Amino acid sequence: MAFESLGEKLQGVFKKLKGQGKISEKDLKTALREVRVALLEADVNYKVVKDFINNVNERALGQEVLESLTPGQQVIKIVNDELTKLMGGFQSKLEISSKPPTIIMMVGLQGSGKTTSAGKLGRLLKKQGRRPLLVACDIYRPAAIKQLQVLGEQLDIPVFSMGNKTSPVDIARAAINHAAYHGNDIVILDTAGRLHIDEALMEELSLIKKQVNPIEILLVVDAMTGQDAVNVAEKFNELLDLTGVVLTKLDGDTRGGAALSVKAVTGKPVKFVGMGEKLDALEPFHPDRMASRILGMGDVLTLIEKAQENFDAKKSQELQQKLLKAEFTLEDFLTQMQQMKNMGPLDQIMDMLPGMNKAKLKGLQLDEKEFVRFQAIIQSMTKDERKNPQKINGSRRKRIAAGSGTRVQDVNRLLKQFEQAQKMMKQISGMTTGKGKKGKFKLPFM
Amino acid sequence: MGFFSKLKESLKTSLGGEKLSDSLTKTRKGFIDKIFDVFSGKKIDEELFEELEEVLIQGDVGVNTAIDLVEILRERVKSEKIKEAEQLRQVIVEEIINIMGEETSALNLTPGELNIILIVGVNGVGKTTSIGKLAYKLKSEGKRVMLGAGDTFRAAAIDQLKVWGQRVGVDVISHKEGADPAAVVYDAIQAANARKIDVLIIDTAGRLHTKVNLMEELKKIRRIIDKEASGALKEVLLVLDATTGQNALAQANTFGQAAGVTGVILTKLDGTAKGGVVIGIKAEQNLPVKLVGVGEKMEDLQVFRPQDFVAALFTEVEDEEYAG
Ligand SMILES: Nc1nc2c(ncn2[C@@H]2O[C@H](COP(=O)(O)OP(=O)(O)O)[C@@H](O)[C@H]2O)c(=O)[nH]1
Ligand SMILES: [Mg+2]
Repeated sequence: MAFESLGEKLQGVFKKLKGQGKISEKDLKTALREVRVALLEADVNYKVVKDFINNVNERALGQEVLESLTPGQQVIKIVNDELTKLMGGFQSKLEISSKPPTIIMMVGLQGSGKTTSAGKLGRLLKKQGRRPLLVACDIYRPAAIKQLQVLGEQLDIPVFSMGNKTSPVDIARAAINHAAYHGNDIVILDTAGRLHIDEALMEELSLIKKQVNPIEILLVVDAMTGQDAVNVAEKFNELLDLTGVVLTKLDGDTRGGAALSVKAVTGKPVKFVGMGEKLDALEPFHPDRMASRILGMGDVLTLIEKAQENFDAKKSQELQQKLLKAEFTLEDFLTQMQQMKNMGPLDQIMDMLPGMNKAKLKGLQLDEKEFVRFQAIIQSMTKDERKNPQKINGSRRKRIAAGSGTRVQDVNRLLKQFEQAQKMMKQISGMTTGKGKKGKFKLPFM
Repeated sequence: MGFFSKLKESLKTSLGGEKLSDSLTKTRKGFIDKIFDVFSGKKIDEELFEELEEVLIQGDVGVNTAIDLVEILRERVKSEKIKEAEQLRQVIVEEIINIMGEETSALNLTPGELNIILIVGVNGVGKTTSIGKLAYKLKSEGKRVMLGAGDTFRAAAIDQLKVWGQRVGVDVISHKEGADPAAVVYDAIQAANARKIDVLIIDTAGRLHTKVNLMEELKKIRRIIDKEASGALKEVLLVLDATTGQNALAQANTFGQAAGVTGVILTKLDGTAKGGVVIGIKAEQNLPVKLVGVGEKMEDLQVFRPQDFVAALFTEVEDEEYAG
């Protein structure tokens, strides 16, 4: 299942029109059909997509696109603008009560990641100098209380629990008293996962809300959720009047269309995203980045930021010079790999790059062992070979493999990856030298 | 016509006869009569095709699979000169069942020897819970069952499995949190052999399929099993959450390659999600769904019945049915 990015598809649609200048309404329709498919593939809800496409169509018909000489860019720009607007436009912060404690209630389906998110949020607030209390209101799932206690221990945050015989409503109330007595200014309630159609358990949530009146009620949603996200969000919001959303498991390769669906039906902002199992992996939500991720254009902005943080600016300038002059050697490749490693797991970086063909990039996975192996291989090459890898023929490969204690396949793999990296580095170094955040990074269809 | 009323009947009895989570029984029953509304009293026209595409997409079948299916319908309507919407629904059920298989696929277990079932999947899909339910099911069938606590990573995951072991009344082999899962598996196999166990079910930590080193860890677990109990690994079941959208395809693909998945457990079908993505998974990777989870209790595991699944795809979930 080759994954072609929306950018590439649109490029295809508009390429045929090159030279004709303006496009017709019919061409626009074809283009929007591609946008529709991209959004549906990203799991945005069917009805949300329908409304969205109608909006974009109207705007595009308002001459902006039809008159433009670069219709591809225009369509993407409108789509991206509308998406970002829908997603909330700007970042939303967590509310803090003027009169402590700030009560935060985590709700959601089973397995969405409430407990982990509660722990992460506690950690974040603790780092800001607050004194959070975690409260175990999940009395149903086996060992749920224990899970929260273990997290509390790891984070050095107190956990309040009353076992699994007391009702969650009573636990919540007692926890507030406990917090007042012990000077906790934040109370995070971890509730049991439940189905939105489970009347009895939904009623329980509304009783807890009535009892302790939380300032934040956060719906925890798995980023991999499909079409059902709207039903879930709608029900929870109807009953509890949510204040925000936490989107979890975004460190995978899901496009995360659920984020859009949930925002569209509830109007409530995504306040945080979960980026991993580690307890520091909770990040603020950036609507613009999410928009390009859903569109399959890659999280370009995040990548630029990460690249700017981790790449030594001067080195990467030098590198770009080399690239331009096609002097990028295997030795540079080694340095580059080291730098890439500092940026975080390669697979995550790959996800952020626009128009990256996953299948093509499979070979780029890099682990520690592989890195050591590559180092040995490169060190077994002559200076000349390092500069001119195209010279490395069969017999040279054998020699290098023997010299580095590796196999010929390893040498082959390295050379292939080098070639791919050359291409990729061109993109990245182009981005890091851009001045503003938006840089002058070029999307493939521009 | 006959086929359809039979299907509807079989669904009624299967849903009515099964023990669904108490609070949901009422809700579900309300749905049954709505099942085939999509088609009733409709003409075959562009609008109906569009509506069908919508129903399929909303059931997480995926836009491309949905378009393909509807395309097949169009062709068959033309070539078979189908006039009635009623007939059209037969055709689509046929086509989906054609992909999913008409029969249920049983677990591949051999009596009189040690059988190992390895459970894998991403975080929170219901692996541990499904193990508890599966242990209960197999034990009720008279088998000697043991569990291996291979999730040594998530906080309190071991305790969670132990609670299930107690509930069901089967032994759980475990190490401490943070231990090497391969070592747990090794011990569990020795214990299972010593205690003449029929089925050893091994839990694993949830992992996103994109984490390469964690997928390597699964391969290592497989190697240990193959070495210590050659031929005993009968099933590697991938647990998928019915709420998950198109990412399930990628999950099936990657886990399939790393762990040699033999079948799927589709969980959380007691909610409003349909899990339609399993059609694409079956079509592309030939992975059959073997079991479905319909709740959090011990009894809430059923064999997958393709016909019920298709019927549920076309079951409208009406708001009024569960509002207050
Ligand atoms: N409603 C419902 N909940 C389920 C089902 N299977 C598992 N769960 C719940 O999903 C959550 C995660 O399950 P768990 O077994 O811990 O997932 P794991 O991380 O994959 O082991 C728990 O709250 C389970 O009770 C199911 O079929 N229906
Ligand atoms: Mg588990």
